Amino acid sequence: MSLLDARLVAERGAFRLDIGLRIEPGETVALLGPNGAGKTTALRALAGLTPLSGGHLTLGGEDLRGTPTERRPIGVVFQDYLLFPHLSARDNVAFGPRRHGLDRRAAHAVADRWLDRVGLAEHGRRKPRQLSGGQAQRVALARALAVDPVLLLLDEPLAALDARTRLETRGELRRHLAEHPGATLIVTHDPLDALVLADRLVIVEHGRVVQEGDAATITARPRTDYVARLVGLNLYRGRGGGHTVELSDGFVLTSTDIVHGDAFVAFPPAAVALHPHQPDGSPRNTWPAVLADVQQHGDSLRVRLDGPISVAADITPAAAAQMGLTPGQELWVAVKAAETRAYPASG
Amino acid sequence: MRTRVPVPLLVPAILGLLFLILPLVGLLARTPWATLFERLTEPGVVAALRLSLLTSTVATVFCLALGVPLAWLLARVEFPGRRLVRALITVPLVLPPVVGGIALLLALGRRGLVGQWLDQTFGISLPFTTAGVVVAESFVALPFLVIAVEGALRGADSRYEEAAATLGSNRWTTFTHVTLPLVAPGIAAGAVLCWARALGEFGATITFAGNYPGITQTMPLAVYQTMESGDLEGAVVLSLILLIVSVAILAGLRDRWLTAP
Repeated sequence: MSLLDARLVAERGAFRLDIGLRIEPGETVALLGPNGAGKTTALRALAGLTPLSGGHLTLGGEDLRGTPTERRPIGVVFQDYLLFPHLSARDNVAFGPRRHGLDRRAAHAVADRWLDRVGLAEHGRRKPRQLSGGQAQRVALARALAVDPVLLLLDEPLAALDARTRLETRGELRRHLAEHPGATLIVTHDPLDALVLADRLVIVEHGRVVQEGDAATITARPRTDYVARLVGLNLYRGRGGGHTVELSDGFVLTSTDIVHGDAFVAFPPAAVALHPHQPDGSPRNTWPAVLADVQQHGDSLRVRLDGPISVAADITPAAAAQMGLTPGQELWVAVKAAETRAYPASG
Repeated sequence: MRTRVPVPLLVPAILGLLFLILPLVGLLARTPWATLFERLTEPGVVAALRLSLLTSTVATVFCLALGVPLAWLLARVEFPGRRLVRALITVPLVLPPVVGGIALLLALGRRGLVGQWLDQTFGISLPFTTAGVVVAESFVALPFLVIAVEGALRGADSRYEEAAATLGSNRWTTFTHVTLPLVAPGIAAGAVLCWARALGEFGATITFAGNYPGITQTMPLAVYQTMESGDLEGAVVLSLILLIVSVAILAGLRDRWLTAP
């Protein structure tokens, strides 16, 4: 039986959240999804800050539905940390242990130990406003862990940090999460955070789980446009008929994979070649398209094209210079069948 | 960039400022500086000042004890009729204080709704006592405190309270350890407003507590009585004291509390 076993149902106006969630001891799960998908509602429901309208919630075999927030064995790292501004870093971390019945000295000892573990032993006297973003994040983590939570919840733990601090903090956070013996849930809209920090991803859209699994599975076989964009793939859905998949508007893509019935076809933008004229030969997909826009994407250029299907292509600046590439320009798109992946949409 | 102020706004603004300052200048101009010290140390003046400071301070403490929880209830707990309660709280704010004094007599007077019971059960009679002054001042000043503190509570991020709950803190501990420190500047500002209002209270006090020197005659009542008896100079001296005390308190607290976010 999983440490956390929950089906979270909550309603907020017209929005309905209904997701199932299981986390094993020591496991870190990322709840990944676009803004407004219901991720934060799920986290708040787990913490008891938003009431559940249905489902179930057990943690370590104990039913938590009727338990108020302050008696749930959870720790939360909030998005903007919410460190108490009137307390020092040390008192912030000691706050939880104090409420759990330790006297001042014992609570301070626990706080000092945690501050030391996150590398802030000498910053205990500082007030939150005297801490940098990265330091505040670590104090928030120490504060949440100082109550020895069975379930640790992190809401966009790195979103408030600048890019450089983020990189360092992400690595550190990963180390601390690995040491946490309980269950950990990270809510994030950043795929990189999810991939680096979590053992398993649960992807939520419109209040529902649309896909879950480890990073390799999800990046190889996305099941929605959102996931495909996250992992940088072109994704289409249609009916498989052996080596072909026919999309709803009749457009047919060819793959070296064999698939039948409801199916996805995916390929990376780098597999898409652009030609000024219709190319010839070989088992591949070609179609005429109109250039919609061009953006810098790392060392290459990402070209968006409209046509029978919209597609993203990555090309080198040299190739772009050769073809001109102005919006509205007509081009031919070619994708080798060997570079596409086709897989069943069900299961 | 400098803003050019349109004349139709500038002229009334300056007139408004003059309108507020001129009476104060008049007061200072008529102050009998030569005999000021003698006048200040007259026993009646000292007694009235002492009584005023005492009653308005006790009233402020009383208002804090009841008003902060009331403000918390209004700001943090959803209950049916909350809007009505908030409207009721503002009634003493707009009510002419004399009417407030009469209402207090009818409720807490010896023959009043609650006063009768207080008198028969405990032998407590509030009207025309120093305690009655505190009651009258509190009645008029409490709404100021409640409104100021409720505003501060609404302005404070209630997610800190959620964070406290996730750390195992119950609502009472959260209130004392998180909410109160966060809204302390707002409470202090509310207390100053409340105190100033209590210090200046006249109508409800004279109606409910009467005008007995040494017992219920606060500074505003003393000013009124001195003026009535034809001693304009004495009234000016008393007014000057009130002015100085008010301004001193305001200036002393302004930098520390009133301008805090």
